[in-house]
Amino acid sequence: MAVLLIAEHNNKELRPFTLNAATAASQIDSEVHAVIIGQDTAEAAKQLSGLPVVKKILSVEAAHYENFTAENFAPVIVKLAENYSHIVCSANTFGKNLMPRIAALLDTSQVSDIIKVISPDTFLRPIYAGNAFATIKSNDAKKCVTIRPTSFDPCESTGGSASIEKVDASEEFSKTKFIKREEVKSDRPELGTARIVVSGGRGMQSGDNFKLITDIADKLGAAIGASRAAVDAGYISNDHQVGQTGKVVVPDLYIAIGISGAIQHLAGMKESKVIVAINKDGEAPIFSVADYGLEADLFEAIPQFMEELNKLNTIQK
Amino acid sequence: MKILVAVKRVIDYNVQIRVKEDGSGVVTDNVKMSTNPPDDNAIEEAVKIKEAGKATEVVAVTVGEEKAQETVRKALAVGADRGIHVKVDGILEPLAVSKILQKIVDKEKPDLVFMGKQAIDDDCNQTGQMLSALLNWPQATFASKIDVKDNKLEVTREIDEGLETIEINVPAIVTCDLRLNEPRYASLPNIMKAKKKPIEEIAASDLGVDVSPRLEQIKVEEPPKRKAGIKVANVSELVQKLKNEAKVI
Repeated sequence: MAVLLIAEHNNKELRPFTLNAATAASQIDSEVHAVIIGQDTAEAAKQLSGLPVVKKILSVEAAHYENFTAENFAPVIVKLAENYSHIVCSANTFGKNLMPRIAALLDTSQVSDIIKVISPDTFLRPIYAGNAFATIKSNDAKKCVTIRPTSFDPCESTGGSASIEKVDASEEFSKTKFIKREEVKSDRPELGTARIVVSGGRGMQSGDNFKLITDIADKLGAAIGASRAAVDAGYISNDHQVGQTGKVVVPDLYIAIGISGAIQHLAGMKESKVIVAINKDGEAPIFSVADYGLEADLFEAIPQFMEELNKLNTIQK
Repeated sequence: MKILVAVKRVIDYNVQIRVKEDGSGVVTDNVKMSTNPPDDNAIEEAVKIKEAGKATEVVAVTVGEEKAQETVRKALAVGADRGIHVKVDGILEPLAVSKILQKIVDKEKPDLVFMGKQAIDDDCNQTGQMLSALLNWPQATFASKIDVKDNKLEVTREIDEGLETIEINVPAIVTCDLRLNEPRYASLPNIMKAKKKPIEEIAASDLGVDVSPRLEQIKVEEPPKRKAGIKVANVSELVQKLKNEAKVI
């Protein structure tokens, strides 16, 4: 039986992690179908049909799907599930909210946040904030799996020509009402997919001081991250949080500034290819994962860092 | 309004996790255990709602072995009125926990069920959503703000793109984020008082729920170690290393 991938989108276009989830789905079975649930999703569905790994698309449209609520999405997917061996989507806030609702209705024990497909029924996943890896075999007839997007490369996005089939909508779940979404718009790269991330912690001491991080990030074409301490202190908004309960990032370069390196922060960034730590406390745990550590006062080091970057003839973007 | 809050006992968030040599799991003997951190936020929020006169009773429930009762006792010490301990040994998957909680909801008939958004041991992030599916109730996950309005809640949720606000009808499930509130510490007099509050013990086997695992844990291993890094002397050395050695800028 085939794998059903749940496409994440904003009705107009696919959200990028759909491509990573498609890769994981194709590693489970070569027959991948995708379901796209929304309102006026023709553009996004067309984009989805371009993914060569996706063989067929199921499109479900209704006004009550315009804004994503798990209560509305889950029944549709449960109905489609009879034809599929696996249901797959990303373990971001979209998939975390949705997949368990589907799994419970299918009486399936979900496998969350996998980082590797070992075989169609066996997966590798981090537990205890990534301090241990568990190999898990699912014995359920249907498997609900969420994938850690940064552990799978995005699939090719063009060249495919999957057919788009319309599917009937389910009834509206009227006890949950969407009110509003406050998205933080930014010209910078997305935190989850950026090549370089510059993050600040409690050591920044104020929201105003985050300007120092912003300047470096702009110079490097980087996304901005933060530790939970910095978000809790109100220095920066929650969508920047990196860690066990925030976002997991795997950039080529992660620069941690004024971050001590609590276990839960390390969980979100320690797979980064190159890690830089700038902290005045030489004993800070962040240095244990840093490839390059600089023990220095960040308020002196960051302006110098900017100066040195300005001296370079070229900076990779 | 009656609020049921589910709490879980986990290895304390400050403990350095050690993997057992035989690959069967992580070391839990003689390791400090605590309430799962966002479950503390869930209890705090329920108690605050009661203090604001919008709830009449807060019931804390845990599912687990003998010692799991400590988490219920702690919840009683910070303001929960009474506790329920569903006793069961061994590894429980979120699906089994949500089925047990469904039985408790049937019995207690709460208007709201709160719990942390994720347990920091298995990092599954499933139980709240599964319970709301089984009950066909609304779910508000990753809540960072809750406004109680008669028989509705307005909940602000932390999502990847920023914040989302939804309105849900009671009865409902809310899973709590760490930024929802600042959990209080239990005072000594309240810890003493909590010892007198009732905790009902229920054997999971009496609830008629199949809790046998569906997943097989084949092995648990240490993640690959990073190779040791170096300390650089100054900023210019750092930039030179990034440019010429790591070649990332």
